[in-house]
Amino acid sequence: MNTPELLPNQPHDHEGPVFREPWEAQAFAMAVSLHAKGVFTWTEWTETIGALIAADNEPDETGERYYGYWLAALEQLVAANTPISRELLSDRKNAWDKAARATPHGEAIILGRNKV
Amino acid sequence: MAHHHHDEGSALEENPLRVKALESLLVEKGYVDPAALDQLIDIYENKVGPRNGAAVVARAWVDPQFKAKLLSDATNAIKEFGFEGRQGEHMEVKENTPGIHNMVVCTLCSCYPWPVLGLPPVWYKAAPYRSRAVSEPRAVLAEFGVTLSDDTEVRVWDSTAELRYLILPMRPENTDHLSEEELALLVTRDSMIGTGIALEEEPK
Repeated sequence: MNTPELLPNQPHDHEGPVFREPWEAQAFAMAVSLHAKGVFTWTEWTETIGALIAADNEPDETGERYYGYWLAALEQLVAANTPISRELLSDRKNAWDKAARATPHGEAIILGRNKV
Repeated sequence: MAHHHHDEGSALEENPLRVKALESLLVEKGYVDPAALDQLIDIYENKVGPRNGAAVVARAWVDPQFKAKLLSDATNAIKEFGFEGRQGEHMEVKENTPGIHNMVVCTLCSCYPWPVLGLPPVWYKAAPYRSRAVSEPRAVLAEFGVTLSDDTEVRVWDSTAELRYLILPMRPENTDHLSEEELALLVTRDSMIGTGIALEEEPK
């Protein structure tokens, strides 16, 4: 194992958190929020993310892919426990992708935006 | 380095797109409130962190009654500071002594005592730590700069969704003159995970 200091891209704040990119923080907050709403129990949560981590044939050597598992667990539990299906998620993702590509740099990305 | 054609506009990567899809649908269906998400992020980025745990440890070093309560009923002892878990988890505190060194891992995922330590460091979430903390804890400790004498027993505690551990590190020697607040500055995050020991003097 590398010593912690040698891990690439480890956040450099003194000893605090630990979101490398904004989407990680958003995914984190959504899971905490949905748990508080009763959409899933925390035991369900840890079992789901634990199973995803265990099923990965390439172990996460650095911990940097942790929020990737987190996001996948979130999608799985949302699809299982709310009316938001995988299909709905996928359609919405494509809509955001289209809107983002149609948005000039520096402007807010608005859903439904198309190329002019 | 990828070159984006100017036609790509503000194209987002895969994970941010998936997060935007989830968030916009969850907001529309009334499952999450965007302001509440921002507030949660702010709490965990700026307000909850290892300083919480350090305050608990320093209190235990100066107040034997509090320490006894902390070791027997950590959940409620920690609640006195206003630090409380959102997942309804129980807290247990394990005391390091000259004969026993405790350390914490989550072999399944990354269960961690958020209310007292904030969010886990990246290495805590990595596969090597999750497996080697159990299979060869002394080697892992050595990599963190902690060398123990051969007659010190190492105990490794595996966190779960319901049970989170905090390590009570040994109070450094020659600190009788320090106040509780000054002592808290000697308590590092790693010393409360058990992958470090408390500092002997204040960080410069």
